[in-house]
Amino acid sequence: MATARDAAVRAQGLARRFGDLDAVAGIDLEVEPGEIYGFLGPNGAGKSTVVRMLTTLLAPTAGRAWVGGVDVVERPGDVRFLIGVALQEAGLDKKMTGREVLVTQGRLFGLTRAEIDRRIDELSPILDMPALDRLVGTYSGGMARRLDVAAGLVHNPKVLFLDEPTTGLDPPGRVRVWEEVRRLNEEMGMTLFLTTQYLEEADELADRVGIIDAGKLVAEGTPADLKRSIGIDVITAHIDGDAAAAMDALAGIEGASSVDQFGSEVRVSATNGGRLLSPVALALDRAGVSVRELAMRTPTLDDVFLDVTGHHLKAGAT
Amino acid sequence: MTAITARPAGFFRDVASIAARSVRQLPRDIEFIGPALFIPVFFLIVNVGSLQNVAGFTDIQIDYKAYQLPVAIVFAVTGVTRAQALVLNIQEGYFDRLMLTPVSRRALLLGHMAADFVLVICLSIPVVIVGFIIGVRFPTGPLGVVVFILIAALWGVAYTGIPYAIALKTGNPGAVNSSFMLFFPFAFLTTSYVPVEAMTGWMATIARYNPVTYLLAGLRSLFIEWQWDELGKSLIAIGALALVSQSMSFKALNGRVKQK
Repeated sequence: MATARDAAVRAQGLARRFGDLDAVAGIDLEVEPGEIYGFLGPNGAGKSTVVRMLTTLLAPTAGRAWVGGVDVVERPGDVRFLIGVALQEAGLDKKMTGREVLVTQGRLFGLTRAEIDRRIDELSPILDMPALDRLVGTYSGGMARRLDVAAGLVHNPKVLFLDEPTTGLDPPGRVRVWEEVRRLNEEMGMTLFLTTQYLEEADELADRVGIIDAGKLVAEGTPADLKRSIGIDVITAHIDGDAAAAMDALAGIEGASSVDQFGSEVRVSATNGGRLLSPVALALDRAGVSVRELAMRTPTLDDVFLDVTGHHLKAGAT
Repeated sequence: MTAITARPAGFFRDVASIAARSVRQLPRDIEFIGPALFIPVFFLIVNVGSLQNVAGFTDIQIDYKAYQLPVAIVFAVTGVTRAQALVLNIQEGYFDRLMLTPVSRRALLLGHMAADFVLVICLSIPVVIVGFIIGVRFPTGPLGVVVFILIAALWGVAYTGIPYAIALKTGNPGAVNSSFMLFFPFAFLTTSYVPVEAMTGWMATIARYNPVTYLLAGLRSLFIEWQWDELGKSLIAIGALALVSQSMSFKALNGRVKQK
């Protein structure tokens, strides 16, 4: 196990309480240097609270955390030199131009004007360069979001925290941010701590994923390992009527590694789902269970989330 | 090519960076600067027009236009701050972005105040020009004009601690807007219209404790001759206000920037 000194990010029993609410209930995690760590969870799970504690904005009520081996509570000033941050809500002044935001940011990190200009050039793939001298108040949500990410990168941080960086972006904007995240990680070896509520984003970008729900880290691993923990294939049956009858019908079905029920959805995990599809359909038919939809797919992180929390990542997700 | 790395900018560069940003935004807040300029000019003209003849019955040693110009200047520079912009930064999250940088926390406030100093000087100059236009003259010469504006600007910056304290404590634009009411006792329970000797008993007593009384006396002395004792008293009054208001603002800053 990496020590606090060599881990890029490390949390030990990190907790935050607001009144009677345990927003974060004792989290242990470790992010290796050069890793992209995806912190996946629904709204209100505690992702942003963890980020605010790791980035020195919020004090933990219990536990400790280090970034680049530096304690975030004891030496917050030193931590700030190491980190870049784009919080969930773009932290921009609408009466500044995009360039002024970046220049001010660079100056506060001790950069010369020449260095700032060089960084603006380097960040041009995610910036809307023609709009850089316009007031931020005239930017679209996506433009402001990308400027906010760029502002977190001006000083070339060692660890970049991105709190839901693509929320509110259109698909092309999202892809641009993804490409920049990959480039920062691959070309510059930057460590990225990325929170997201998008499964595909965590799947696409993260080397490892931590799944948080109700303030607790409920699963952690590479996306492939997490999905493998569910089984190779997943058969889902959306049924009308008696779910208990469906569970009885599928109990002990040969070749299934697990059978679970989540509301009107029954899920069968198997190493060879193709061979099991017909037996599942027949068993349900014989039991008189009305099946609305029967499908087979490889597991997703949502299956993992469902498995460890008992509910989907997003309400209404299937 | 060498890698660019973050390093301490230094306290003065932090102050300069925040101040430069704040000053750059001044022309973009014309809706805020317009009234700040209109009100003192309006009061100057109306007060002179309505009270000039009445003032003849009091013991005022200078022309009433000159008597009123410091009042207009005090109106121009008091409570005119970037506190409103600061509170919007808090609401919109830009303050958090600044907090995520290694900027000196004191520089966050001092930078804004440096911009306020520029702002109140910019507001004072047109008011003094209006004063010249209506016939006010400085026997202390051009240096007297400069000292007049500088003392007013110092007062303005000393007062900013109050709106900044409210902005940082509440993070609420409405509360900052309401803080102008605190200016009323300062501005009116003093020698704005007549000398202390012409006031009724209770009003004279309050005026004697009001720092604006000494500020106005210092500014008005510049229309007579160099009176170092009056100027000294006005600087002491400014210092006393600064001590109280800036203690409040920096205490509020500490509360705002502390990890909670």
